[in-house]
Amino acid sequence: MKLIRAIAAMLGAMLLAAPAAVLAQQPLKIGFGMSLTGPLAGNGKAALIAMEIWRDDVNKKGGILGRKVEFVYYDDQTNPATVPSIYAKLLDVDKVDLVVSGYGTNVIAPAMPIMMQRKFTFMSLFGLNVNSKFKYDRYFQIMPAGPDPAVDWTRGFFEVAMTLNPKPQTVALVGADAEYPHLALEGARAHVKKAGLKIVYDKSYPPKTVDYSPIVRAIQATNPDLVYLASYPPDSAGMVRAANEVGLKARMFGGGLVGTQFAALKTQLGPLLNGMINYEAYAPDVGGKFPSLDQFLAKYQGRAVKEGVDPLGFYLPPYAYAMMQVLEQAIKAVGSLDQGKLAAYMHTYEFDTYVGKVRFAKNGEWAIPRMLTVQYHGISGNELEQWMKPGHVTVLYPNEYKTGSVKAPYHENKK
Amino acid sequence: MEISTALLLNAIIAGLLLGGFYAAVSVGISISFGMLDVVNIAHPGFIILGSYIAYIVNTHFGVDPIAVSLLLSPLFFLLGMALYRVYYLCFEKRGQESLRGLAFFFGILFITEVALILIFGVDYRTVKTAYADTTLRLGVVDFPLRLVVPFLVSMAMVVGIQLFLTHTFFGRAVLAVAQDQLALRLMGVNPVRIKELAFALSIATAGVAGAFLIVIQPVEPSIGREYIGLVFAVCVLGGMGSIWGTLLGAFVLGLAESFTSTFFGPSWAPAVSFGLLLFALAFRPAGLFGR
Repeated sequence: MKLIRAIAAMLGAMLLAAPAAVLAQQPLKIGFGMSLTGPLAGNGKAALIAMEIWRDDVNKKGGILGRKVEFVYYDDQTNPATVPSIYAKLLDVDKVDLVVSGYGTNVIAPAMPIMMQRKFTFMSLFGLNVNSKFKYDRYFQIMPAGPDPAVDWTRGFFEVAMTLNPKPQTVALVGADAEYPHLALEGARAHVKKAGLKIVYDKSYPPKTVDYSPIVRAIQATNPDLVYLASYPPDSAGMVRAANEVGLKARMFGGGLVGTQFAALKTQLGPLLNGMINYEAYAPDVGGKFPSLDQFLAKYQGRAVKEGVDPLGFYLPPYAYAMMQVLEQAIKAVGSLDQGKLAAYMHTYEFDTYVGKVRFAKNGEWAIPRMLTVQYHGISGNELEQWMKPGHVTVLYPNEYKTGSVKAPYHENKK
Repeated sequence: MEISTALLLNAIIAGLLLGGFYAAVSVGISISFGMLDVVNIAHPGFIILGSYIAYIVNTHFGVDPIAVSLLLSPLFFLLGMALYRVYYLCFEKRGQESLRGLAFFFGILFITEVALILIFGVDYRTVKTAYADTTLRLGVVDFPLRLVVPFLVSMAMVVGIQLFLTHTFFGRAVLAVAQDQLALRLMGVNPVRIKELAFALSIATAGVAGAFLIVIQPVEPSIGREYIGLVFAVCVLGGMGSIWGTLLGAFVLGLAESFTSTFFGPSWAPAVSFGLLLFALAFRPAGLFGR
């Protein structure tokens, strides 16, 4: 009888242990859509490489919770319309364990309803103010825009503008007809109101515009002191070229151009960027304040050159890696994939990443904003090397990263 | 907004320069779709292919992209001949050109796009030219050479094609193909051969337009999709199969875009352009120069 009991106990223990063992052998699947074609594909591909480097690093160390990490991803074609079906497939067909977002506001926002419906913790990559309407308590965002993203995002440009002497009086606001520019311009309007500036031009343009010079001429006709532009890479290039062709005269020009953070546009536009104000996540001029970034760049840059994407890797790629580090640290600390526990942990604790210490505010944004407002200068020719060393970017804001003061007006500082 | 003379003149010039570029990207469709009844939806794909070839030669040898495109246009011509031959044998000859032919050209568009992504990646590419960053100023009017040079070459190309079609036997045969293929056969001309050569000509223009595109703006493999609506709109507005109509349609859309952007707000530009198209078609269903 004792023997039978012992055999039964052993069999029971084996049966109970079996699912855990099987689970341990199954990969931990992380799903996402990513822009691998379309206007933002260059950025999306660079982010994907960074995430793959993280996956390989983690798997070398044995994975997470004893499971190898595997990515399941689809090309969202930089098209928001594809996003809901991609995430539905990831959750219902591919049965992924976790999801993260693709790159950019335009493709993060359409994923939100399904994330909320399924109660998934949603770590997102460079979405601007996406959670302002959804107010989802399991949303997190890795771009250092700050707790009031739209307002914090444009704060640097207007804080710097109001240091000009005499103070500017008028402003032109212009951006592409897309989610990110709309949200950025919304924040800009808040600063304009607070600073008592007069808006003399406030219009958007279709992202497929070929010639931007009529837009810049229309802006010039209103003679603004400041021109704030929120744009995506193709229109960033078009607007910068048009400003140079038309000879735009303003005391400050720029602010929210996506694209000039990447090597492709930096090298294409070269000296045309001189005098412009824009945002950057990193500049070699303040390299000392980003002590861990070199470790990431050492892994990333060689691979990026081989794969023909952003060889600098200063902007999006380190944050894509950091996004995954946050998730990794949260899972390890919680010890499970419980979505509620993960979100609670991420709200409570600070994370140590390649881009520095990250702590999230209540709405899932960075608790303290850290995007740099910069002015480009001294750029000659189109060589990439000049961007890899200090000397061509003055950090104007935030004050703890400041390396110099703004040179205005824009049209007299184009060298 | 106060409408100054300078603003008005610049809006006109910008619209004409833009129209010149639109004419270059649309003239090929005017030939293939308007004259030959071949719905070549892949035309923008060949434009992007032209952009990338100009990019390769410009990057490696420093040759001007537009010069490259003109020199390599015979290659695009041969490519067009081969493509039409496949299309004819697989679809047109069997009377399956309408839906299956359309799917064929969609496939060609996607294959071109994916091939470019695999070879070049997804980053934006641009070219270096001696004139791209130069703007001539005549009084209050700006002439950015980035747009002026493509405009001039485009005008030469479009006018050249029109003269070729109206003053040569081959050109008249192309026009005849559009009207009555049976009559053409009775004249001892092989309409398939004529269509093959005319289609090849349309693809050759796409290669040249691709060089214009990469001079005007950075290019990535999928950017061609953005031109599908535009090229067909220009062709329909101008009148199917009319080269002068295509030129006029391109100028109308270019000027509409420029004026709307300058005086009313750029976000209205597509609505105004396509509103004009609808308005024109309401009164002239065959297009401005259509028969």
